[in-house]
Amino acid sequence: MADLSTNLAGIRSPNPFWLASAPPTNSGYQVMRAFAAGWGGAVWKTLGEPIVNVTSRFAGLNVGSVKMIGMNNIELITDRPLADNLREIAECKAAYPDRPIVASLMTECSQRSWHELVHAVQTVAIDGFELNFGCPHGMSERGMGSAVGQDPALVEQITRWVKEAARVPVIVKLTPNITDVRYTARAAARGGADAISLINTLNSLMGVDLETWNPIPHVDGKSSHGGFCGPAVKPIALNMVGECARDAQVTVPISGIGGIATWRDAVEFMLMGASNVQVCTAVMRDGFRIVADMIEGLDNYLGDRGIAAVSEIVGKTVPRFVDWNDLNLDYKVVAHIDPATCIHCNRCYIACEDAAHQCIDRLAGEGGADLLRVDEEHCVGCNLCSMVCPVEECITMVRVDGGETVHTWRERLSLPS
Amino acid sequence: MKSPFTPAPPPAAAISLGPPMAEPLAPLDVIVEANRCLNCYDAPCTRACPTSIDVPRFIRRIASGDLLGAARTIMEANPMGASCARVCPTDQLCEGACVYTPAAPAIRIGQLQQHATDWLIADGRTLFAPGPSSGKRVAIVGAGPAGLSAARDLARLGHAVTVFERDELPGGLNTYGIVPYRLPADIALWEAEQVAALGVEIRTGVDVGVDISANELLAGYDAVVLACGMGAVPRLGIPGEDAEGVWDAIDFIRRAKEAGAVPGLGDNVAVIGGGNTAIDAATASKRLGASSVTMFYRRGAERMTAYAFEIEFAKTEGVEFRHDVLPKRILTDGGRVTGVELIRTDPSGSARPIPGTEYAIAIDNVILAIGQSKFAALLDAFGVIHERGIAVVDDALRTNRPHVFAAGDCTFRAGATDAMVVVAAEQGKSIARSIDAFLREGSG
Repeated sequence: MADLSTNLAGIRSPNPFWLASAPPTNSGYQVMRAFAAGWGGAVWKTLGEPIVNVTSRFAGLNVGSVKMIGMNNIELITDRPLADNLREIAECKAAYPDRPIVASLMTECSQRSWHELVHAVQTVAIDGFELNFGCPHGMSERGMGSAVGQDPALVEQITRWVKEAARVPVIVKLTPNITDVRYTARAAARGGADAISLINTLNSLMGVDLETWNPIPHVDGKSSHGGFCGPAVKPIALNMVGECARDAQVTVPISGIGGIATWRDAVEFMLMGASNVQVCTAVMRDGFRIVADMIEGLDNYLGDRGIAAVSEIVGKTVPRFVDWNDLNLDYKVVAHIDPATCIHCNRCYIACEDAAHQCIDRLAGEGGADLLRVDEEHCVGCNLCSMVCPVEECITMVRVDGGETVHTWRERLSLPS
Repeated sequence: MKSPFTPAPPPAAAISLGPPMAEPLAPLDVIVEANRCLNCYDAPCTRACPTSIDVPRFIRRIASGDLLGAARTIMEANPMGASCARVCPTDQLCEGACVYTPAAPAIRIGQLQQHATDWLIADGRTLFAPGPSSGKRVAIVGAGPAGLSAARDLARLGHAVTVFERDELPGGLNTYGIVPYRLPADIALWEAEQVAALGVEIRTGVDVGVDISANELLAGYDAVVLACGMGAVPRLGIPGEDAEGVWDAIDFIRRAKEAGAVPGLGDNVAVIGGGNTAIDAATASKRLGASSVTMFYRRGAERMTAYAFEIEFAKTEGVEFRHDVLPKRILTDGGRVTGVELIRTDPSGSARPIPGTEYAIAIDNVILAIGQSKFAALLDAFGVIHERGIAVVDDALRTNRPHVFAAGDCTFRAGATDAMVVVAAEQGKSIARSIDAFLREGSG
């Protein structure tokens, strides 16, 4: 078995799969179940001043018959007393000493308040802090969560305050509800953060009920914007992780979060620079048991490639994540449709005809069956046909440029790199 | 909606003779199945449908929760869309053409179509409206699938339509001749109601040629559609055929559907024939209590005209099959059937009997399902040229008489076209277009 252990800014765990600070880490009962299932670590549901939650809190985004490709959430931080949470953290640590427990924190924006919270939580043996600068709903209206996380100066300041008091590594969790996440990531690094984690949830309104015209989810007929997460946000999260990973001023390791549901997602985040990953929505949909598949799938993947330790893959794709100006304009692929596996649904044809470059012709093939053929001269290699094709590997993108030359837009305009 | 055809006694919507051949899809199944559809462009399923139902469109509408739109897409293309959802040989048509096959199961198009049309039936609304009046009158002989489909589209085109139906209820074989666990009568009657709701007058219990003459129709209407279907099962021409307990399959199914029981049905039943009506008679006999039901067909299994899924269904119902065998004589005692003497036929498929291979079996009932007789005299009365009772029509379904058209079973030559409900429905649509062109030409 490959070495799946990870080390995020000194926080070691037996595998890269942590539970994100969220409803699944609300109690010791849940975290014990998670550790029993094999989760490598847990970020406890955010601790802070007691709050009151509303009922009716979550809503799911379904596509076709697939449930919950995304979800949104208007639940706030923990609504349980700090003492109960700390006692349960201690119990979990005692039962699973090899699994890191990171305490997520949120409090009002004052040095005293942050120092008090850090000191109070440090009375139990935790492995790190994660500063919740990300939650976009509810707490942000009180000047916390993403209200802080959207202001690089506040991110830097609070990180500094926490570092003054913390005896364990400090992770700053970033909000994606911002124009360029690198600015807050750099601020966290300047403030002394040991690591960053991203992304927190995206501002969202899940829907409107067509019968009642209530927003979804509704609390007595009204709703508020919530935090959106789940597989649907993965591309946004992966981009933000990649942007931070390739930024010279973001000098700290990254914990990747956002739509991770399988070992494949985890590999992608780690290749894009995450030292480990955090998971919430997939557990909310399928329970803690999924981690067994993630661990084994990751191990099989590494084993098949002769990779001894998962840490070896961290960041390997980052150098290939570049500015558009640095892409090779000479690279050319065209679509190739395999007539042997084509099932004649004509989805590629209509997609190309209506939405791309009108490069697929419907011809009469042998025995009168339709034959779809790509006009390679005009195909721009956009990939759309291969995306809409239901048959695996039926439409492939074939390189036709020969691969001898590289010309970029930057070279063309003699732009500085 | 109250049925204008509420019969007394009913051929009864209430009589099911047991569970349906195919249970309606459960709501969960509908969601999964509708979303599994690939939404092909120029879809093979649509091309395989004689009425060209835009299958991906109606399925997409189901998936989006627009059942009204789904049902309209179906019924627009096929006025018999609810019946066809149940009786079409979908494995030979839309589902057989599904691009998923053979790698994966075809989309269950028939059952999704049933889901949408069931929704519409329960909803109770009428989908279509009559067109602006053309001032033209069209008479249709026969309220079966072809006649009703023609009537629906003619009414939508603005023509005043009167349908003359010999039976007490409209729907033809859909109402009377298909077992209720394949097609309950209320589905066929609902389709007729949809047509009547367009202002089409359906005069039931009127036997054209008896109660009203062909000449009256020819003189009184701007166009006439002959959609009279076919008649009783013809005679075999063997001794004993008139004995008590020898039944016509169509009549037998009709009685089963009307009363839920057929007096005189014994334990051992022989069904003679190899088509869908023979299968219906056999499975109905089983469901009505016969302990042993055997189908006797004069050729091999591969030549049976019944749909493969019907044959499979009959096997699961416990019907037995004997191939390459003909009835030679019906054995009687005191005027009542007691058995059948059978003779084997040449297995090459010629159906020629092999002398010396006779054998007899004890039987309580013989049900004959060897086709249907033709209404040659009726066609003669309209002056329509026909070949042994099959009206001769051109591509526009015109007969030799300029304002007389024909569709449905009375035009189906054996082997030329499958006598499917869906084909009759398409012919009805097609004839409406032909007549509309003819009438507007005349008035223009």
